[in-house]
Parts: sequence; C-alpha cells; structure tokens
Amino acid sequence: MSTLSRADVANLARLARIEMTDQELEDLSTEMDVILTAVARVQEVATSDVKPTSHPLPLRNVVRADVVTPSLTPEAALSGAPANEEQRFRVPQILGEEA
Amino acid sequence: MSLTYEDVIAKYEPVLGLEVHVELNTHSKMFCGCATVFGAEPNTQTCPVCLGMPGALPVVNEKAIESSILIGLALHCSVTPFSRFSRKNYFYPDMPKNFQISQYDEPICVNGYVDVEIETDEGPKQFRVEIERVHMEEDTGKSLHVGGATGRIHGADYSLLDFNRAGIPLVEIVTKIVPGTGKYAPEVAKAYVAELRDILRSLGVSDVRMEQGSLRCDANVSLRLIGAETLGTRSETKNVNSLRSVERAVRGEMIRHAELLNKGARVVQETRHFQEDTGLTRSGRSKEQAEDYRYFPEPDLVPVEPDAEWIEKLRASLPEQPTLRRKRLQEEWSVPDKEMAAMINADALDIVEATVKLGADPTRARGWWLGEISRLANEKDVAIADLAISPADVAEIVSLVSKGELTDQLARQVVEGAISGEGKPAQVMESRGLKVVSDESSLMAAIENAIAAQPETAEKVRNGHIPAAGALIGAVMKETKGQADAARVRELLLAHLGQ
Amino acid sequence: MIRLSAHEMASALEAGETTSEKLTQEHLDRISSVDADVHAFLYVDTEGALAQARGVDAARKNGEKVGPLAGVPLALKDVMVQKGVPTTAGSKILEGWRPPYDATVVKKLKDAGIVILGKTNMDEFAMGSSTENSAYGPTHNPWDLSRIPGGSGGGSSASLAAFEAPLAIGTDTGGSIRQPAAVTGTVGVKPTYGGVSRYGLIAFSSSLDQAGPCARTVLDAALLHEVIAGHDTHDATSIDAPVPQVVKAARDGNVKGMKIGVVKELNGDGYQAGVRSRFEESLELLAKAGAEIVEVSCPNFEYALAAYYLIAPSECSSNLARFDAMRYGIRVGDENGASAESVMNLTREVGFGREVKRRIILGTYALSSGYYDAYYGSAQKVRTLIMNDFTKAFETADVLVSPTCPTTAFKIGEKANDPLAMYLNDIATIPVNMAGIGGMSVPCGLAPEDGLPVGFQIMAPAMQDQRMYSVGAALEASLLTEWGAPLLSRIPALGGAK
Ligand SMILES: [Mg+2]
Ligand SMILES: [Zn+2]
Repeated sequence: MSTLSRADVANLARLARIEMTDQELEDLSTEMDVILTAVARVQEVATSDVKPTSHPLPLRNVVRADVVTPSLTPEAALSGAPANEEQRFRVPQILGEEA
Repeated sequence: MSLTYEDVIAKYEPVLGLEVHVELNTHSKMFCGCATVFGAEPNTQTCPVCLGMPGALPVVNEKAIESSILIGLALHCSVTPFSRFSRKNYFYPDMPKNFQISQYDEPICVNGYVDVEIETDEGPKQFRVEIERVHMEEDTGKSLHVGGATGRIHGADYSLLDFNRAGIPLVEIVTKIVPGTGKYAPEVAKAYVAELRDILRSLGVSDVRMEQGSLRCDANVSLRLIGAETLGTRSETKNVNSLRSVERAVRGEMIRHAELLNKGARVVQETRHFQEDTGLTRSGRSKEQAEDYRYFPEPDLVPVEPDAEWIEKLRASLPEQPTLRRKRLQEEWSVPDKEMAAMINADALDIVEATVKLGADPTRARGWWLGEISRLANEKDVAIADLAISPADVAEIVSLVSKGELTDQLARQVVEGAISGEGKPAQVMESRGLKVVSDESSLMAAIENAIAAQPETAEKVRNGHIPAAGALIGAVMKETKGQADAARVRELLLAHLGQ
Repeated sequence: MIRLSAHEMASALEAGETTSEKLTQEHLDRISSVDADVHAFLYVDTEGALAQARGVDAARKNGEKVGPLAGVPLALKDVMVQKGVPTTAGSKILEGWRPPYDATVVKKLKDAGIVILGKTNMDEFAMGSSTENSAYGPTHNPWDLSRIPGGSGGGSSASLAAFEAPLAIGTDTGGSIRQPAAVTGTVGVKPTYGGVSRYGLIAFSSSLDQAGPCARTVLDAALLHEVIAGHDTHDATSIDAPVPQVVKAARDGNVKGMKIGVVKELNGDGYQAGVRSRFEESLELLAKAGAEIVEVSCPNFEYALAAYYLIAPSECSSNLARFDAMRYGIRVGDENGASAESVMNLTREVGFGREVKRRIILGTYALSSGYYDAYYGSAQKVRTLIMNDFTKAFETADVLVSPTCPTTAFKIGEKANDPLAMYLNDIATIPVNMAGIGGMSVPCGLAPEDGLPVGFQIMAPAMQDQRMYSVGAALEASLLTEWGAPLLSRIPALGGAK
C-alpha cells in the first residue's frame, strides 16, 4: 500500500506551488495515507481488458471556424490584475529559464 | 585551450535531433477568436480564454487542424486516425492557465521525412532527416523584463506580461535522431530548417519568420566516440533565431561537448540558450528537481479523428514540393546552378516567379530583384518582399524598358522612387518626369550644342575616329538628363557628322 | 408572494397582478430579514437586480414578447461568472474579483428576463458536501439552523428553502445540486453532461461538472432547465442536439407503463432508516401511479466513490493552477524582491482552504509520473465499468432510482475533520456524474426520526432528461395529495419571518 512521506508531500506541494508549514506537511501525509488506501480500491477491478474512459461524451472533431471575434479591451483584460504597468500585467521577477 | 572543429570530428560522431516550433498564420488563435496580428499593442488581442480566466473554455480552430495535417502530409507523415490534446502541467507566469494544451502521446501526424541536399567535399549529397511527430499546441505570452543591468531575466526587478501571443497556434515538428551526418552535422541542421521553412512557406500555413519568432528551432546535440553504439548525453539549445545560428549553434555545441569529454568531464543534460552575439550557448538554470508535467487528456476538448475524405481533400490541395519546383523553374528559366543557388539564398524565388508570371522575361526579372532591388533592400536592411515594390511593378518596368519607353538608367530611378514610397512606376515617372526623349528635334538641338561645345572632338569623329563619339553622346545624355535613348543619339550624331 | 412557485409568480406578472420590481424588492427584503441567520448569499446585487426587474417590467408594458420566467428572481451559485459582479467560487483567492464576462448560463438567464438577485454561498471551488468549506463561513439549513444545507451548492438550496428566491442555479460534479436539494426539501436537477454549457462555470472537474436548475417544484425546475440548456459553440463538450422536452414532461407527470429500476447497491446498509422508509413509500406511490418497479444491479457502483476521488482531484489540480496571483485575484508576499514563484506559493497557501489543498495534492500525486496508471488510469477504467453498468441497467428500466443521500442533514461541524465520512455523502449521486447522465432529486418527505427532509433520486440515460421530470412530477403530485400541502409549508419559521 502506498504511503506518502512528508518529503513526498513537500515535493507535491512544490509541483502544485503551495507553500506549506511543517505541520501541514505532517498532517497531509497522514491524511493522504488514509485517502490513498481508500481510493486504491479502483485497482481491484481496473484490469487490462478494461478500456479507460477519460470523458463521458462520445463527441469527435468539435471545432470552430477560423474567424476573429472581438477581444476584451485591454482595460477589461487588466481589470482584475493585482498590478499593471504599460498596459501589461506586472508580475514579480521571474527566476528561471530565459524565455 | 580550445579544440578546433577538425579535432572534434576526428574523434567524435555527432547525433542531431531537431525540434521546430512553427506559429501558424491563422486569423484567430488556437482556442479562441482573438486576432493574431504581429506587433499589435499589448493585451489588445486577449479574451477570457487566452488569459486563462476562471470559467473560460477552449474550442479548437479548424484551420489549425487542417494546417497541421497539411504539414504532416507535406513531410510524408501518416495522419493518425485518432489524436487528442493533453494538458502539460507546469507553472510559468507567461502561461495563463499554468498548463499548456498540447498533444502528447496521441499526435496528429507521425513518421515522415525530409530530404536535404548539401555541398560536401565529394560534391552534392543527400541526407534524409526522419520526422517522428507533428503535433499541435499553443504559444505562451511574452514577458518584458524590467530593471537589472541587462534587460535579461536574471537580475530583473519585475516583469511585464503581454498575452497577445498566448494561444497562437503552434505546430511542433520533432525529428528522430539524425545519425551519420559526420562533420556535416551543422550544415545538415541548417539545410533541414531551411528546407522545412520552404515547405511550410509553400503550404502557406505560416509566415516562417525566424526573426519574428514564427519559426523557432531547438537543436539537440550529442557526441559519441566514432564507432560507439550508445548515444552520448545531449544538450538542447534554444533561442536559435536564424538559419546561420542553427549552423553555429550545432558546431558550437559539438566543440563544447568534445572539450568536456576530452577532459573526462560529464555533459549535463540541460537546456541551453544560444547567444547571437558570441555564437556560444549559455546554460539555462539547471533545475534542482526534475519537472513532472503530469500529462493527462484535456477534458475540455474532444478527440480529433480526421476521416479519409477530409485527409484526401487536404492532400489534393498540396502544392508542388519545393525541391521539384526549384528543379522545374531552373529548367524553365535556364538558370545556371550558381545563380539558382544565389536566388534561393536571397529568398527571391517566389517573387521572381510571380514577376515572370506577369509577363516579364525571367533573366530580366531575376536581374532586377537580385541586383538593384536587393541592393536597396540591403541598404534599408529589410527583405526584398517587404519593400514597397511588387512583382507587378517590376514586370511593368521590364516591359517599359523593352518597349524603349525607359532606359536602364531611367528604370533604376523608377525602382528607387517606387521603393521610396513615391507610388507605382507610372506615378514615379510622372512626378519625376522620367521619360525617354523621343522628340528628334530636341535631340538634334542637344547634339548641335554638344558639337558646338566640343568642336575638336566632333572633328575627330568626322575624320573617322568613331570612338571619340562617346564624349559627345555623354554630353547629350547629360543635357537630356539621361532621358534620351543612347543608341538613337549615337545614330543621329554619327549621321549628322557624316559617318 | 414569495411563497409561490416561480411558475405562479410568472403568471401573476403576466396577469399584471404585480411587477417584477415589486417581486424583486420583496425577495430583497426577505434576504435582508433572514439571511443573517441562513447566510445563503455571498453577494446581493440589489441595484443590478432592481434595474433588471425594471427592464423586464418596461418590456412587458411595451407589449414585447418575454420568456415564461421573465421577471422572476433567481439566486446564482457563486461558481458562475457574472460580468461586473463579485465572483469568488467560495474562495479567498478570488476575493474582490469582478469578471469581465458573462457565463453562457448567465447570458441565457439575462436574455430570458430572469432577475439575478445575487451570488450564493458554496464549498470552496465546489469541493464539499456541506458548504462548510466556504472561505466566507458556512450556510445554515433553514429546516434547522444548526445543520448543514448540503454542498457544494448549499447557498442555492438554502435560499430556496428560506424563500429568499424561487429559483436557483447550482452545479453538480458529484452531487452538489442533488444532495443539497435532498437535505433542504427542494428540487435539484443535474442535466445530462453537455446539456448545459460550462462556459463561465469555474471549473472544478471538467469531465464531471454540470450546471442545472434548483427550484421548489418540478415544473419550476423544468422551466428553468429549458432556459439554460442548449448547444453552445463556446463549449466543445456541449451537445449539439435539441433540448429534451422537460417542461412538457413535468406538466404531464405521466409514469404509466414506465419501468422504474431500483438500484440494489444504492439502498442498503449505511442508509438511515427514515431515509429508506420514505424511499420505499415513494416507490409504492409511483407503482400506484402506473409505473412498474423492478430491481437492477450495478455491481461496479461500489468503486465509484474511489474513482471519483481520483478523477475529480486530478482534474482540479490542473484546473486550479491558474489561480496564481499573476492576472487576477489576491496576491500575497510581493515584497522585498520576492520571486514570482514564491508569490505564487504564498498566495496559494493563503488563498486556498484545507480541503482544496488536500485535493490538489491528491490530484497532483495521482497524475504524477509513475503513479498515473495505478491511480488516474485505473479510475478511468472504473469509469468505463460504471458506464457499462448503467447501459445494462437501462436495458431493463427507463429510469433508475435511489435515495439521493444516505442520511438527512447532519450537524455543522460533525464531519468537518473526517474527509472520508464526508465523502460518503455522495455515494449515491456520484455514479451519475461518472457516466455523464442526468440525475434529479425530489423531496419525498421527512425522516420520522429527525423530522428532516429526504430526497428521492431519479436517473435517466443521456439526453433523456424528460424521463426524470415525468417521474419527479408524478411523485410530487402523489405526495401533494397525501400531504395536502407542499413539504416546505412545514418548515419552521425563521427568525425574521412574518
Ligand atoms: Mg512543445
Ligand atoms: Zn483570446
């Protein structure tokens, strides 16, 4: 049975971009074990002869024509932004790879 | 101490892999109706969908699917009967939803190839670059880094985001590994990207402007000892923004890897960024922990299952292959190899063909585009296609010259005027007063004036020393401001002087 | 007036007995007097609602043709974006956000002249079964203020039971329309997946979410259903087919010759005695009305809950990634040259509640490399098995039925620290979402042991939503005959009630 260590949860929190206190990590790793044990039941019947269903609808090829429709005004686009400057979204410094 | 390229290839065999991202030139974005105009004011082409607002949903652009299928067919791929979009999950501020909708294990086209020809020591040689997959995805927004010394991301105080580019349809074309290129790896890489660009341009699916980012190449390079079986560790170089850079980046990485390997050091598998100024690559931040993209089928979209009828309709619309077209045009126009290569290098094939189609003589059309017009384009540092002169204008000028209504010299002025924005050839001729002087009485008056000004020269001509006539003709041309037909002036002058 | 059905209100408006402005004002007054106790609303759009009402009145006066529900007020679950009106999805991370666009459902409501009173409370991002997970405090069940009103759409169901609105919009990912309807004695319908546009519905789990009507009568639900349903080109998963004729079915309420299948697996141990007895009595009434009751078995339903708690968290871990403090919503920690990454981390730490974080972490794990096949992949296989069970069951029955929930409303705080116990509330409603079919909950009485409402669930095959309305209306009519008055007439008076 799967168990998640505190370090595992910390790694998941990093992937999910959520800061967590040690206490939260501790609590979550306990809770995750309980939940994972319960949900792992799916494996009992998920045999190789069963096809997965990712979506309940049998729809195919739903497309739209390549037609331009009105955009938001820049004011509307930026209206909810925590910060903006020069008609752009202002965000904290991006550490990481160069775009 | 740095190795020479010869040292590298004496010991190592390079293995290439190329990933090309192409921005499609659809009118609207991949998943929403926002326009895709390049260079628009920031955030004027955005909506809830491409800003990743809560509640917004994507709907696929039909034209983007068709363009992707066309690309696949042109690259000899098979179109898969069932393909699907997935979500590639990772956080990045320029990516509004913090996942990219991209095709993952079920791409739209697979298994094709592109043949490229390069010049080798043994003459022209063909290499086959196999295509692994062609898939659809969406572009990210653009960030402007503010503060810091360099304007680069490192050291910036904050960034400003423009999402006009976010959601523009991208097609990613991934090659299989390309072994066996030996020392020609850089040339093969460049020729592949060039060939791909020509194919995409012939399909009309993209602007394929590397400098504007509508065609972007990532070059994967690894080395192994000659004769070795296993592949070496590869690096992935991004930011390669011109054909020349593709070649330089591959060569540079080969040398860098070889230096590391010779020292017994390890090549790190990482993303590197090509520096246009130095021709070297620089390491991107090597992540302490690997990204896990957690791909899963995009639940907001349904699968794409192109039926045979759709595919065949698209196949029927495929244009002539660029290689075949080049061969055909070279034959039709009887162009020598070298000049053909020059024309391709100058990206002038389309425009010359358009001019010829409008009735111009191929040699003359080529002469104008590769000569005077290219010179002026160079001066202005723009592509010939971006000048304010069209194939129709050039065809008209060629026709006026052949009818004797313009001299070559006058025609050059017309071209210059048109490019300076003075209008169509007729307008330029009108406003600049450029017209062959065909009124013989005014020509005769100018001839009389020339003789009067240089009586000794005229005497020489009378005495049979014909070459001296040149000076007199020159004077006439000067007086008529070059608008006389020099041949006619010569005839009249010689007759007047009894020759 | 506020105790009438929406249909009756519409008739009064049509007859000129009142105006939409007056009707809207009465509801706004009711909200002022009782919502301090119920807390169904997160935002009351007094000005907007009155302006909309006046517009409908003017149109009517000018003799313009208006829709069948024009001028009737409605409460909108705060998970639907409405242009210019604060929309939070019950989360702190969206506090203060005013969307620049309308959801398709909102646009349809406005076009139909339905007056939007305001936004109702909900479990944060629709994750929960009690509305206790709202960042803005719980909603109280009007039947007993110490109890939960169901979730995630507890605000919508409570607003109906408290006569603050005759109509409401809910969304149902695992039962969030039906379970609140059941525990508040109201009607809630989850239409076939793809029947109502999801454009503008803040996504929890894209392949399961579906918006639907909430009301106090089956006919009201049907009338609202026809307003909001239909194909939408902005939603690639929207079904391009005519809307099932649910109003006609609700008016007819005819079950003669219909085969009603009782799902064996959804009616046994773990179901409260009073819930079971009311359910059995309802079956008898339906039989009396001419339906044939049969038993069907859906053996894989027992895995539905487990599969749901993999699929929904997986999709939500991705859907909620967009809440990153860059383009909208709150931003925390943007100081002293903090990086974008650290601001994202801090904002999401502060902005998301405990249950949301729990599910994001679970989903992140279920999708991560090396675990995908064992968790997300296996859950998708279970989804296939559940769909197969339904297909087979619908070969013998026209509709399937079960109690909507295993129990009546529990006390606020009772299950707050036991996620697994909380998840069990949705055991009977989840299979419907997994298969993308329609589900409805109609009130079927009060449990004798606690005097709290019990819900009767009806399930129909995809795009056969009218069948649920036929059965729901038939049951409603039979029960009305038995009781002599609607169930809600027995609800205790609220503090502010006159
Ligand atoms: Mg890509
Ligand atoms: Zn857009």
